[in-house]
Amino acid sequence: MTLLDPRVLGEWWNTFLRSGGLSEGWVIFINAVVVTLILMGFGLTSVLIIIWAERKIAGRVQDRLGPNRVGPYGLLQSVADALKLMTKEDITPERAERITYNLAPGLAVFAVLMLLVVIPFGPGLIAADLNIGVLYVVAMGSFGIMAALMAGWASNNKYALLGGFRTVAQLLSYEIPMVLSMSVPVLFAGTMSLHKLVEMQANFRWFGLIMPTAFLIYLISALAENERTPFDLLEAESEIVAGYHIEYSGLKFAWFFLAFFLNTLLLSAIAVTLFLGGWQGPFVDKVPLLGVLYFFLKTVLIVFVFMWVRATFPRLRIDQMMALAWKVLVPMALALVLLAATAVKLPWPPLARDVFLFFSNIVMLFVALGAIGRHLRQEAERFSGRQKWATSSSTTS
Amino acid sequence: MVLQAVFLITALLTLGSALMVVLHRNLFISALFLIASFFGVAVFYVLLEAEFLAVAQVLIYIGAIATLIVFAIMLSRGMMTGRTSPRNAQALWAAGGSLALGAALLYVVVFRVQWPVAEKAVPADMIQRLGTGLVTDYVVPFELASLLLMAALIGAVMIAREKEV
Amino acid sequence: MIPLSWYLAVAAILFVIGFYGVLSRRNAIAILMGIELMLNAVNLNLVAFWRYTQPDQVAGQVFAIIVITVAAAEAAVGLALFIALYRLRGTVHIDEIDLLRG
Repeated sequence: MTLLDPRVLGEWWNTFLRSGGLSEGWVIFINAVVVTLILMGFGLTSVLIIIWAERKIAGRVQDRLGPNRVGPYGLLQSVADALKLMTKEDITPERAERITYNLAPGLAVFAVLMLLVVIPFGPGLIAADLNIGVLYVVAMGSFGIMAALMAGWASNNKYALLGGFRTVAQLLSYEIPMVLSMSVPVLFAGTMSLHKLVEMQANFRWFGLIMPTAFLIYLISALAENERTPFDLLEAESEIVAGYHIEYSGLKFAWFFLAFFLNTLLLSAIAVTLFLGGWQGPFVDKVPLLGVLYFFLKTVLIVFVFMWVRATFPRLRIDQMMALAWKVLVPMALALVLLAATAVKLPWPPLARDVFLFFSNIVMLFVALGAIGRHLRQEAERFSGRQKWATSSSTTS
Repeated sequence: MVLQAVFLITALLTLGSALMVVLHRNLFISALFLIASFFGVAVFYVLLEAEFLAVAQVLIYIGAIATLIVFAIMLSRGMMTGRTSPRNAQALWAAGGSLALGAALLYVVVFRVQWPVAEKAVPADMIQRLGTGLVTDYVVPFELASLLLMAALIGAVMIAREKEV
Repeated sequence: MIPLSWYLAVAAILFVIGFYGVLSRRNAIAILMGIELMLNAVNLNLVAFWRYTQPDQVAGQVFAIIVITVAAAEAAVGLALFIALYRLRGTVHIDEIDLLRG
């Protein structure tokens, strides 16, 4: 059974390298190259599968079949699409900022690929266990914002610029509730290392179960950070044609596509790591490789929820999007952080604390939902009142 | 050896980008070079084993300040393209003064003074110490910084807000 | 090990480049970028001194964090001022802003 432990495998691999007479520096270098190749290969293949799954799921939700012509169940559809994108003409607008324009797609993918480094796929299966892992995840997001800004500006197109503005406004706004909700697990665990965070969630003490509202806030912000429906007004076809990547074609467009789907996968993986116990599950301490399976199962579940939401919900208006971030999510997340910080410091048995936190979370969720519902009803009444006034005044005149 | 090579390459890129920031005519390109130079400083922090500061540098300087600057450039666009000179009348004097200051600084700081150096390792629990330090020994500057941020937030909103008619 | 003086040299040159930017630029936003470069140079110095003299204390890093905070606040207020200025006068070139000239 020990052979199934990735840590043992890693030790074995290292001694194998050293037995060939390699110096320590070379061992580190070879390991870095191997890990990078594995992570990149994993990322790229998983994107092909995610694209297929997205189209298939959206098809089923909307009572269609989805892709079913290329390969069994249409599995090779994304490969065919990638080939088609490669053969397309690569256009650069005449008065674009050429260097910035070409750099932006690469930066977008870079920002997402860098996240793969800190994801704990299983016990001991993490490329770099940074002791500031959570902060690193947030910091990499800022490169994604820069990529959108660069693409929007360099395209020299007013729709691209508008899309860029919207993207920055949305990503910056939703970063705040996201970071606040991510700090709740950090408060519980007392560490920012993603690997240690998972280790703290043994025996189903998942932070997402203790603080379901924080988990919900994270999921909503992740939807916005990923520019997914209902927050996809960055590429609202009916308003600004296609957002900041309007001028991109062929392979460069494929890079943005790649970043988008990879981001879906990684935001889900981080959600699982922070809130759903990562690779924790029954029998993991006996068979460590089971942890990898649990991790991927949970991640696929979250990815499925994202796709389900995308296939179901309509798009938000821009003022609704902003109001949701600043008037609903940020105050709720702040209150949650306060609650968690207080509860962690109070001297009571862990079980009592967890139960108390769970119920106070539920209460807070319903209070917030009630407040939003009342506000929306008032809005609707005001709107219908204005409608009545408008029609009556038009009939009298 | 490897570390020193990394240092020299980073220094070259950082200072080169910084030069482009102050020299380039197109303000948007300047801002992009500013980001490159912020990133170079973050690499220096990693070399100095201050990982928390490196990530904070990326998060705050690149994620917030540079984004704000690019936003401001876009909002006041039409100002940066080359119809007029990007430099003011005192640019030549400024160049001379800067060169003199740089020479003096390099002479004094690098060649003149022998800085006392302690060969100590960074403790492994630096992040925890930093966190504890911020809420115990350094709680007053920490709270003052939060007060400053609050004031800046309100002030920025009040100033930049469009007056309702 | 990299000598401390290398860091000090880089920080000094970075500071001077920012200084030149502040003095020579006409656009207020470019001046702000120069100030940010100077603040970065100062921070680099603080962290280098922390690493080479007192790595077991947190004072150096705390100082750098406070500087970053102040830089963020300064950028926010400064850019808000420039936006207001641009709305009011249609320019952010500081040598064209001469409301007080008689």
